[in-house]
Amino acid sequence: MASIDKVASPAAGQPAAGQPAAGQPAAGRSGGGKPGAGKPAAEPQAAGPSLYAERVRVYPRSVWGIARSVKWSVLVFCLVVYYALPWVRWDRGPGRPNQAVLLDMQHERFHFFNLEFWPQDIYYLTGALILAAVSLFLVTSLAGRVWCGYACPQTVWTDLFMWFERRIEGDRNERMRRDHGPLTFDKAWRKALKHAAWIGVAFWTGGAWIMYYVDAPTVTWEFWAGTASKSVYFFTGLFTVTTYVLAGWAREQVCTYMCPWPRFQASMLDEQSFIVTYQGWRGEPRGHGKRDAAGLTATGKKLGDCIDCKACVHVCPTGIDIRDGVQLECINCGLCVDACNQVMEKTGQPPWLITWDTLARQKARAEGRDEPIRLLRPRTIIYLGALVLAVSVMAAALATRAHIDLSVQHDRAPLFVRVRDGAIRNAYTVKISNKTAQPAEFTLAISGLEQAGLSVAEEAEGRTETLTLPVETDSVGTFRVLLFGRPAKLEDGSQPVDFHLRNTTTGETTVYHSVFMGPGGRGH
Amino acid sequence: MPTKIEKDSVTGRETTGHEWDGLRELNTPLPKWWLYTLYASIVFAIVYSVLYPSVPGITGYFHGVLGYSTRTQVAADVRAMAAQRGVSMDKIKDMPIEQVRENPQLLAVALTAGRITFAENCQACHGAGGEGRPAYPVLADDVWLWGGKLADIQQTITYGIRSGHPDARVSQMPRFGADAILQPAQIQQVADYVMALYGKPVAGADTAAGATVFAENCAACHGDKGQGNREFGAPALASQVHLYGDTRAVVVAQITNPRQGVMPNWNVRLDPATIKSVALYVHSLGGGE
Repeated sequence: MASIDKVASPAAGQPAAGQPAAGQPAAGRSGGGKPGAGKPAAEPQAAGPSLYAERVRVYPRSVWGIARSVKWSVLVFCLVVYYALPWVRWDRGPGRPNQAVLLDMQHERFHFFNLEFWPQDIYYLTGALILAAVSLFLVTSLAGRVWCGYACPQTVWTDLFMWFERRIEGDRNERMRRDHGPLTFDKAWRKALKHAAWIGVAFWTGGAWIMYYVDAPTVTWEFWAGTASKSVYFFTGLFTVTTYVLAGWAREQVCTYMCPWPRFQASMLDEQSFIVTYQGWRGEPRGHGKRDAAGLTATGKKLGDCIDCKACVHVCPTGIDIRDGVQLECINCGLCVDACNQVMEKTGQPPWLITWDTLARQKARAEGRDEPIRLLRPRTIIYLGALVLAVSVMAAALATRAHIDLSVQHDRAPLFVRVRDGAIRNAYTVKISNKTAQPAEFTLAISGLEQAGLSVAEEAEGRTETLTLPVETDSVGTFRVLLFGRPAKLEDGSQPVDFHLRNTTTGETTVYHSVFMGPGGRGH
Repeated sequence: MPTKIEKDSVTGRETTGHEWDGLRELNTPLPKWWLYTLYASIVFAIVYSVLYPSVPGITGYFHGVLGYSTRTQVAADVRAMAAQRGVSMDKIKDMPIEQVRENPQLLAVALTAGRITFAENCQACHGAGGEGRPAYPVLADDVWLWGGKLADIQQTITYGIRSGHPDARVSQMPRFGADAILQPAQIQQVADYVMALYGKPVAGADTAAGATVFAENCAACHGDKGQGNREFGAPALASQVHLYGDTRAVVVAQITNPRQGVMPNWNVRLDPATIKSVALYVHSLGGGE
């Protein structure tokens, strides 16, 4: 960094063309001019660039319009769902959690209304994530980053925090004036109140997060009684801090520098995507008043519709100029559309100078042609196909979800034992999952083995053709099952056997293919 | 060293002034806070290095101000675990073994402790999972020399078999051949009879003479039908499972000069609760009575 500063130093006195030199270490500035010193001062680009950019504070102005209304509606919807969902009750019978949505880490269960997922159902999570990803791809290729602009938690909470900021500190101009002014009592109490409000909302957010993992009313009571677990306090604190920092301080920096999505969304967008667009062909050359118009008379052009009022820049939550075209920072929220429409109304020009349109149509319009919107194109068809496929697979998997599961593990040592009466005995660890809401009795039977007899180790003596095994509701029963047989012949020391399991209450069945082992050809 | 900082004509942005074979780099500055995050990480690393073990030396290392050590952490964890286990093991010690079996929680503890103790002490002879070895009994089957009830197994493990302990299980099969109690011809006859009991009769052999010899010399211990007697650890002969093998040569050798197994008394090495655990584990292998 020092070497860069040395280059920067000779130009330190002049107005920097790019980044301001402020904030550079003083040592760098006193380094004395070396390479650039001899160059004429007329070259402003000789001012060395800083490799680190100062934060440019964004002061978004409030705005009304169609995009803003939709954004408020989505915000209210998302927040209501987020804060209220843990409180929705769902009767699952006595002794079972009655919270509609509960990610019960302690008991390794995820309850979602009438669905219940076990850790081994993790592939549903994979499916849900694929579904979410493909939906995002499809929506983005159709209508740009509407997720970023409307539904992303970062956007929603930032919007909410900005609302508090605006209520307490006023709109853009007032906030800027106060921030640049000296510290007065008025400024101090407004700042203090704003941060208090932010921390309050952040705490509420962090607290609500916890409620998805533990019973909401219980944890609320325990939290204030001081009897909740350490992890409850820790995670509430963690999410309070992250909400406060990300929505209050980091804001657009998250979208621009931290989030990977803006970086690869460009691969989903194409010239047919329906995105927030400045109609340059109509707006340019920008300018207003007689002087700007006069500047153009020599070229024979007339001023465009854009009066260069910068309203679109002032309302932008990421602080960019939409007139520069599609860019990484644009979250496609459309607040600039609202702002520009207000201005167009005042100047008596037709609205929608900034609008939602495709790049292809804009190009055609600039040439005076009209082009249809093409929603169906290879990209969207592929995404749609993938989405339909993912939805179908998920729906089918959910619809045919088994409430029974059988796992049979053959003992490793001994592989087999010959018992007193000459029969061969194999032992298995049998695990039966009862995913139904009632305790159930299961029958276990064998096929594929001559003179088969079953018993449960350490229980009643004697062998039976079928075993009756009770398993509690919503749990896995583990049994050590002994299988006796007198196989006529064993190929290679083992032969296949099938375990047949049946839930006697629901009639649901499943089969597990295992093996029965014996001495085989060795002196049998 | 940046040489010529200029404005890129395409993007209108400045370059960093670096040039490599004609390639120039646009200046895309990182945000300042990113740099500060790096500084904060460096500060964290310094604080961490002071507090925790960090710098290696020739013969040792800098232990850190807090004196943290994973070794003492593990030792503490092991102590805590031992204390936790001790509660259950104390209960197992004071409880009759049959009652432990009725208590699912204690049984789970005992079976785990028994499995590990078995692997460390018993497996060398009796095999993993009690699968047995030649001349060492299979514990997973339902054939028992001295009894397969919990109390029997506990007794056997505690005092051993022919271990020299006063309470050990002891028996002695006479050396019918070596001590000339039976004539060689009689041994051959009784061997034919035993093979018949095994369910593997020798073709063409007359078992009537053997039966007589058996009734006079063997039935006292092995039972009149060869059913065995656990009082003396006399194995059942009318069985499909045999400790030393089921060929006629083995039978003849056993009658002539019998092999007798020895098992140590484990009370000198294992505490009573652990012995109960092992007994419960052995009982659970599949043959417990």
